[in-house]
Amino acid sequence: MPRLNSAADLEKLRQQILDRDDGKRVVSVTNGTDGRTRHSEVVVQAFVSEIKKQGLAGKLIVKSTGCHGFCEQEPTALILPEEICYVGVKPEDVPEIVSQTLAKGKVIERLLYEDPVSGQKITRESEIPFYKSQNQTVLGNNRFLDMKKIDDYIALGGYSALAKVLFEMTPGQVIEEVKRSGLRGRGGAGFPTGMKWEFCRNAPGEPKYVIVNCDEGDPGAYMDRSLMEGNPHSVLEGLLMGAYAIGTHDGYIYVRAEYPLAVENVDIAIRQAEEYGLLGQNILGSSFNFKINVQRGAGAFVCGEETALIASLEGRIGEPRQRPPFPATSGLWGKPTNINNVETWATVPLIINRGSKWFKSLGTERSKGTKIFSLVGKLKNTGLVEAPMGMTLGDIVFNIGGGIPDGKKFKAVQTGGPSGGVIPERLLNTPVDYEELSKLGAIMGSGGMIVMDEDTCLVDVARYFINFLAGESCGKCVPCREGIYQMLKILNRICEGNGREGDIELLEEIGETVRDFSLCALGRTAPNPVLSTIRYFRDEYEAHIRDKRCPALACKELIAYYIEPDKCQACLICLRNCPAEAITGDKKIVHVIDQEKCTKCGTCLEVCPPRFGAVTKLDRAKVPEPVRQEAAVIRK
Amino acid sequence: MVQELAEVDKEIDKIVGKYQGDRSALIQVLLEIQRQNRWLSKDALKQVSQSLGVALTQIYHIATFYKAFSLTPRGRHSVTVCLGTACQVRGAPRLLDKATETLKIKEGETSADMQFSLDTVRCLGCCAIGPVMVVDGEYYGKPSGKEIDQIISAKEIEP
Repeated sequence: MPRLNSAADLEKLRQQILDRDDGKRVVSVTNGTDGRTRHSEVVVQAFVSEIKKQGLAGKLIVKSTGCHGFCEQEPTALILPEEICYVGVKPEDVPEIVSQTLAKGKVIERLLYEDPVSGQKITRESEIPFYKSQNQTVLGNNRFLDMKKIDDYIALGGYSALAKVLFEMTPGQVIEEVKRSGLRGRGGAGFPTGMKWEFCRNAPGEPKYVIVNCDEGDPGAYMDRSLMEGNPHSVLEGLLMGAYAIGTHDGYIYVRAEYPLAVENVDIAIRQAEEYGLLGQNILGSSFNFKINVQRGAGAFVCGEETALIASLEGRIGEPRQRPPFPATSGLWGKPTNINNVETWATVPLIINRGSKWFKSLGTERSKGTKIFSLVGKLKNTGLVEAPMGMTLGDIVFNIGGGIPDGKKFKAVQTGGPSGGVIPERLLNTPVDYEELSKLGAIMGSGGMIVMDEDTCLVDVARYFINFLAGESCGKCVPCREGIYQMLKILNRICEGNGREGDIELLEEIGETVRDFSLCALGRTAPNPVLSTIRYFRDEYEAHIRDKRCPALACKELIAYYIEPDKCQACLICLRNCPAEAITGDKKIVHVIDQEKCTKCGTCLEVCPPRFGAVTKLDRAKVPEPVRQEAAVIRK
Repeated sequence: MVQELAEVDKEIDKIVGKYQGDRSALIQVLLEIQRQNRWLSKDALKQVSQSLGVALTQIYHIATFYKAFSLTPRGRHSVTVCLGTACQVRGAPRLLDKATETLKIKEGETSADMQFSLDTVRCLGCCAIGPVMVVDGEYYGKPSGKEIDQIISAKEIEP
């Protein structure tokens, strides 16, 4: 690779790449972590070998890309420039795609996405309802980029923002531009990014450090993984500009242990950028030097908190410390340090390229730009969604997410990960921005949105999050360590049907104490799942405590599985599949669940053929007496 | 007091050497040893303590704080079930029950023949295909009971 020694060199290289690829049809195959569960790697390989076999090598380009957003339908093959989108592609589909679509531009009907509402086949990706109301600016480039090729990023105009910053702007001007854009941290707290940079730049002490926080620990959130896997150069470019603005030469990228492909791709990206002279000494021939270290996390949720992350980088246990002093004045090795999350860094090149005015034109008064959400749970369309701030929860859940599958009813959406809150149906018209979500007792967090249907018990959900946080509390401060543990004990007994009068008030009191007196954000936000579910679903808590009843029929100890004798066809399927051997019966003899033996695993309900639908869930107090033996014989 | 080592492990020396004895690289060193040996033995910790000049108590503190480390030997094949929120609402607990039943070990345990270890993780970040199970680094989305049996038995006969 040639080393680039000026902005003109970069421009020349870009032109060469564009000329080289000009007029060639491209097939982008999603090959990130989620695609790989469905053998996308085999699909990519099949494209490469099939193209060779059909004598089309050199005329077509195969790109192995990160997630485009609609993960549920992966692996998808997007054919450009026509934008033909094939979903759920299998290796055996590849020869036909190559000979028909890639060679002749013909659309293969059966591989297109079918809109479940209208039943229509949709050819163009952007016409698919899931994508239609989105505005993918940060995530959008994933579809044009081979995850492991810097040239693809450069072809899209990559690193031109860096060149602009290095040769046309002073560090002060860069900070001013980011401040004007109104960009706020995408990791959770929403602190204004430009201001954070300015604090660090003005703090006394050398050297300074910049850090990428890719310790995306919120269960149910994976936007950072997708950016890091699919578009690592956008993160590097953002980091470089931040480093230039702040005045540092050392950067760290802290990646979760659970993201092996993200580590692999960012390592490759760094090596390629170094070869082009976009990292290292005299970047693009300027006097700016910068190097990046990638560090893997070792599995601790609390390390997403910035002071804990710094402790972990220093080789210590990830315990947060009191702030102030903030990392901007005393961070890594006691030096001024600026930490931003992956999505924040990846947004910066767009702001520099398109200008703060463009960015400001998107979003609400106090929350600007677009935000990526991971829209998951009980939804028809799950995946990554990028929308302007201010879109309502209802639009995200129903227009983009397609609503709830299997004819079930929407119950609540949980935002912001384990420390977020649960929002009920009547508040679905809330516009999503930092302030509006806080008002409801939830948080934006890193952008996780988990949708729950009527089968979900909100007390059980609160217990799930508190259980998670009890395990992840680092144990340093008493309110968090002991308070969360006590809340878990109370929630456990409520879910088991042993709740006591006064438990709700006790949960509220402990929750408020933990919230007000914990050392770091983990503890301060930990009670949110409990407090918000009490606020909106108090009646469910009361049903558990007073009536020993779980209205959603989810809490194992409060329900029973039951085979309706008049619907049972004595087919033996549930009987054979029951892991606890709790079902009795025989051919032509109606099956009965022995409630004493039943472990409530739900296997019988799952395996009972839908045309019979004989197995149901009931309140444990409402299980009818088993039918008499002679009545249990099916005579047909 | 200098702790006596039964035997110096050359592989560990190599890993420590790669980080040039940098104490702040302690976690990265332990991660590499964990990956190579699938656990951190007492001797390994002692050796790291000596070569990096970090107190054994501090290393123990780190090895018990982070979830990536194991202080007991792990099986040849690792089976991990994701209990992230999205997987949870889509039936991960049942998937875990099934894995427990098939492997005959509980979460966090290793089979007596050292073939399998079963673990849980809080989100692998592939929520759209949940519930997710990972076997030796291979991801499986919504595996059925039958598929789980097939995956596990394929591993059992693997040379």
